[in-house]
Amino acid sequence: MALSASNLKAGDTYTECLVDDLSRTQIVMYAGASGDYNPVHTDERFTKEVAGYPSVFAHGMLTMGMTGRMLTNYVGDGRLTKYGVRFTSQVWPGDTLNSTATVVDVTDGIVNLNVETTNQDGAVVLSGYAAARVD
Amino acid sequence: MAVDKFPVEGSHIMMFARSVADDNQIYYDADYAKSTEAGGVIAPPTFAQSSAQFDETYFLRPQIGEDWFGSGKEATSIKKKESSGGGGGGGLHAEQHFEYHRHIGPGDVLTAEVKPGKTWEKEGKRSGKLVFSETITEYRDQNGALAITARGVGVRTERPVDQ
Repeated sequence: MALSASNLKAGDTYTECLVDDLSRTQIVMYAGASGDYNPVHTDERFTKEVAGYPSVFAHGMLTMGMTGRMLTNYVGDGRLTKYGVRFTSQVWPGDTLNSTATVVDVTDGIVNLNVETTNQDGAVVLSGYAAARVD
Repeated sequence: MAVDKFPVEGSHIMMFARSVADDNQIYYDADYAKSTEAGGVIAPPTFAQSSAQFDETYFLRPQIGEDWFGSGKEATSIKKKESSGGGGGGGLHAEQHFEYHRHIGPGDVLTAEVKPGKTWEKEGKRSGKLVFSETITEYRDQNGALAITARGVGVRTERPVDQ
């Protein structure tokens, strides 16, 4: 369902839990679907011994993809006109992520949103914006 | 990722939606999707990134018959000539932006043209010198119409990011 401009005001928020206890298997699924097989996401030995990280970690695009799910659940399917993010912190297996969209303004049938995804410690892992057509 | 032919397919959309744990039936059920405003199955917002599957020389996919930098008998099968910094072979993804001119779905056959963007450097507290580079990818449909404009920023770090 699409949003109605008349029911939106600056400061409105919508929040979803994106994932509870992120599994390595979900990261593997994302690698397989997206085609990004960088071993830092799936290959523990390479990641520890060669890349120098404590474990494999999620693709930024997995977090962006799950955050996109929150957005389409909020604004409706096929309604996004823009969606952009910065990856501000890595996401690790076992993480629990929550994501919030906050209305900035509504003009000319477009809602502008701030988007932020945080982990279980409150650290921001993704921050960005989106715009969507509203009724 | 420059791609000559990126056929958007229903089963790929289904696998992608599963991988981001999205059970919205518009990605799975063509009959349901027909009844929605979109009028058919569409791709999730970040799906265009999976055009990597159709880039014949994509460097983050093992190529048949060639050494791969992930582990096998050893922690890596490639002896690197020089360090590529933290993040392994591909650096890290710093930013990603999409502008949707229209929403793509099964039956679309896209091309992706990559244009280089800016590059810049910054000193990072947790990872030493950071070198950022931007690429702009224009996804056009079978009629030559612009469907999605993507802007990605990658970063190479001097050393792995401190945790």
